[in-house]
Formats: sequence, structure tokens, C-alpha cells
Amino acid sequence: MGVHTPQPPLSVSLHSGRVVFGGEALFEDLDMTLVGGRWTCLLGPSGVGKSTLLRLILGLDTGVGNGADAGNGGLVTCSDGGEISGRAAYMAQRDLLFPWLSVLDNVTLGSRLRGERDGRGHLREQALSLLEGVGIAANAEDRPDTLSGGMRQRAALARTLMEDRPVVLMDEPFSGLDAITRLRLQNLAARLLKGRTVLLVTHDPLEALRLGHRIHVLAGRPARLDVPLEPEGAPPREVDDPALLKLQGVLLKRLAEAAR
Amino acid sequence: MRAWRALIVLMGLLIVWQAVVWLTGAQHWVLPEPAAVASAWIESRELILGHALWTATEILAGLVCGSLLGGASALSMAYFRPARRWLLPVLVISQAVPVFALAPILVLWLGYGLASKVAMATLIIYFPVTSAFYDGLRRTEPGWLDLARTMDASRWATLRYVRIPGALPALASGLRVAAAVAPIGAVVGEWVGSSAGLGYLMLHANARMQADVMFAALVTLAALAIALFFTVDALLRRVLPWQPESAPAND
Repeated sequence: MGVHTPQPPLSVSLHSGRVVFGGEALFEDLDMTLVGGRWTCLLGPSGVGKSTLLRLILGLDTGVGNGADAGNGGLVTCSDGGEISGRAAYMAQRDLLFPWLSVLDNVTLGSRLRGERDGRGHLREQALSLLEGVGIAANAEDRPDTLSGGMRQRAALARTLMEDRPVVLMDEPFSGLDAITRLRLQNLAARLLKGRTVLLVTHDPLEALRLGHRIHVLAGRPARLDVPLEPEGAPPREVDDPALLKLQGVLLKRLAEAAR
Repeated sequence: MRAWRALIVLMGLLIVWQAVVWLTGAQHWVLPEPAAVASAWIESRELILGHALWTATEILAGLVCGSLLGGASALSMAYFRPARRWLLPVLVISQAVPVFALAPILVLWLGYGLASKVAMATLIIYFPVTSAFYDGLRRTEPGWLDLARTMDASRWATLRYVRIPGALPALASGLRVAAAVAPIGAVVGEWVGSSAGLGYLMLHANARMQADVMFAALVTLAALAIALFFTVDALLRRVLPWQPESAPAND
């Protein structure tokens, strides 16, 4: 796309992550590393704390209600010694587009929230080229509620890319979409997020195997990370790749065990 | 279709009215016939419209003042913690004290003119506007706030670009209620003490047994209130085209 300045891959590590929920530890003393420039995928049974782990790394609230997260936390470090704050972009399952803004204004939301001026229309230009990249440039001036679910998620992806951050954390970003749209968006995301450090929380083993360099299953209470699966080949991998299908069997077994 | 329905409802009401007059044999100074009211309206239309203009001015001024005051209160309650602590009781009190009981005091303080009626209308709409807007500001979609947080938005930027626009549909509901109740405030103020307005005209006509003029004024007031509500409603729809419809169109 030529609009991004290349950034050195940034590894992110969580040390001694801990989240208590309703008096019980979701996880405790949990370490996790997102390898720089790679996709790390996180699977696990519902309610095990995948999203919470992502939120913990991102520095978002992990508690429910007041004071519930008093003991929650962990040390998040980056490979260059800096902090993660300001260097991670977030994409959620729901597109979180603002219904009162056009698609284009949604994409440039971050700069507006930070009070950045679009002096010579550079931001607008960049946003338009990103919309081109995700294939919805024609809808730039439309309101989000006129778009289909797949298009909305494309807009959300463009907004995430617009932040141009070295780390991207995604919480089941494609799970609300139909199978074909999902595959397309996976390809798109793999292409556009190349070179960035990505954490993808998902409940779809195939999605993890198509996109991930490392695939973790989070299981147990307090939850632990297993030894990651590391599929061969560069993502996005083909859905009918025999090696991938074989790994899917392994992964499904791990998930079944985790759910027990 | 909507216009037809409104017309049919109106015709139905007129028929019921006429039927009541016939069945009870009510005297014209108790319950005049619709036709008598219509002719009274035409006869004294200049008088009625003059008073209606006065009342409309009171209502609109009250609507503007109450909305601004309510909006500002809700915003400061959402943004400043101390404001929340101090304004919340005021808000509750503004609702707990019956506004009708305050009317004589307001007239005593602010006189027989415009000010006391504007104050009444302002008081009566302050609560619905403030509470609706404040509720909207508190219930911002949590996902939007997460997003703003990861985008390093300041508290002020979050309020301005996320919470306020997100709360506008809630504010709109408050303003609709305000448009519906503002005429009550103005007319109650006029009843307690005034020298102009539809409420004044009604009292005046009542005292002189001119039931037809009184009803003509009442009908005018109702028309004014309905017109105000639908105008406000249409304006809000226009300003917020993105807000989700509460009822499906084919309901």
C-alpha cells in the first residue's frame, strides 16, 4: 500500500499476569510472549479468559464492577524496553463503528480523538487508500448502518490499520461473519498486517491454523498456556492444505481436553 | 395514511363531543357544541391568535432555557465527579417539589409577565432533559470506550467525540418529553397570574361564562402543543438520521 513506514517487529511479553473474577483466579502468574512480527493465536473454551488476557495486555479494564480488579494486573514489556501503551491497536468482534460518522470518518477516528490536525488532507488520503485496500473505497461516504456485516468489519480493519501500530490485538474479529466472508477477511488481514506483531483471540481452530505462527490453547482454572503449535508455511495457509488439516485434528483434541 | 388516520381520529372526537351535548342536553355555557366553538373561534380569532402567540413565545423560551440548562447539568454531571454529587440532589428536588405549588411563588418573584412563565416551563422540562441526557452519557457502549482508550483519547476527547454523540438519541427522547410538557408549565403559570396568553384568556372567558371562547382557546392550545411536539420530533429525526428506530417501520 506504500502508506506505512516500516517498523522493526516489536515483541511483547506479559509477566505474572493475574486476573481474579468472582473470588476465583481466572489465571495467575501467567507468562506469555507475542513474538515480534508474528501472529500468535489464542484458543480455548468459552469463559477461560482469552479476551480477558488480551484486555490485560492492552491495558483495558479486566474487572466487572467497581474494585473487582483490585488484584488484577501483570507486567507488560516490549522488546525495545518501551511501554505498550500507544503502540497497540485493537479490533473487536463487533465492528464498533460509530453510527453517526461516515465510513471514512470512522477510519480516521483515532487522529480525531488524539486531536491531530489533518493539515493537507494526508490523513484523508491515507484513509481512502486503506479503504481501497480493504475493498470498500466506494462506500467511504456511506453511513455504517447501510453496509453489510462483512463490509463493516472491513471498515473496522481499515480503522485498525490507520492507527499504524506495530502491535495489533484482535478479539474474535471475524467470528460474526459467514464462512466465505470470513475466509476472505482472513486473507486480507494476513496480507495487510504482515510484519506486525499480532495477537488473535479466536474460537475457530481453522482460523488459527490459517493465520497463526504460534497457536496456544488456554485451559484450566487457573488457566495455563500449553506448548504452542507452530504450523509450517506462511499465512494465510490454504484451507485444503493436508498438513493444516492434520494439525486441525491435533488442535481439536487439545481443545476437547481443555474443555473437560 | 398518517394524515388520514389523524383526520379520522379528529372526526371521531368531534362526533363524540356532539353526541355528549345532544345526549346530556348540556347548556351552552357548560359544554358548547363544536359548531358554536368554531364560530366563536372565527369571531375572535385575532384575540385568540394574539394570546396564542404570547403563549407560544413563553413555551419556546422555556424550551430553549430548560434544554440548555438540562444539557449543561447533564454534561457537568457526566464530566465532573463533584458536580454529580451536588447536582443529583438538586435534580431530585426539582422533581419532588410539585411545580404547580411553585407557580404562585414564581409569579410573586418574577411578576405577571413573561419571566415567570418561562421559569415555570424551564422548571418542568429541566428534569426530563437532564435525566435522559445524563443516562445516555453514562451508558456509552463500553466497546466504544475501549476503542477510544486504545486510541489514547483524553477524557475530554472521549466525551466530545464518543459519549456526547452516543448520548444524542437519549437527549432526543428527553427533548420530546420536554416538548410535550412545556405547554403545561406555561399555562399553569398563566393561570396563577398573568395579563396575556391562552391560559389567561381561558380564565377570563370562564369568569364571564363565555364557554365557547374558552373552548376555542383550549382547542388552540391543544393544536399549538401538538404542532410543537411534531415539529420537535421531525427536527430531531432530521438531525439524528442514524439513530436506531425504536419501532420497525411496518409495525
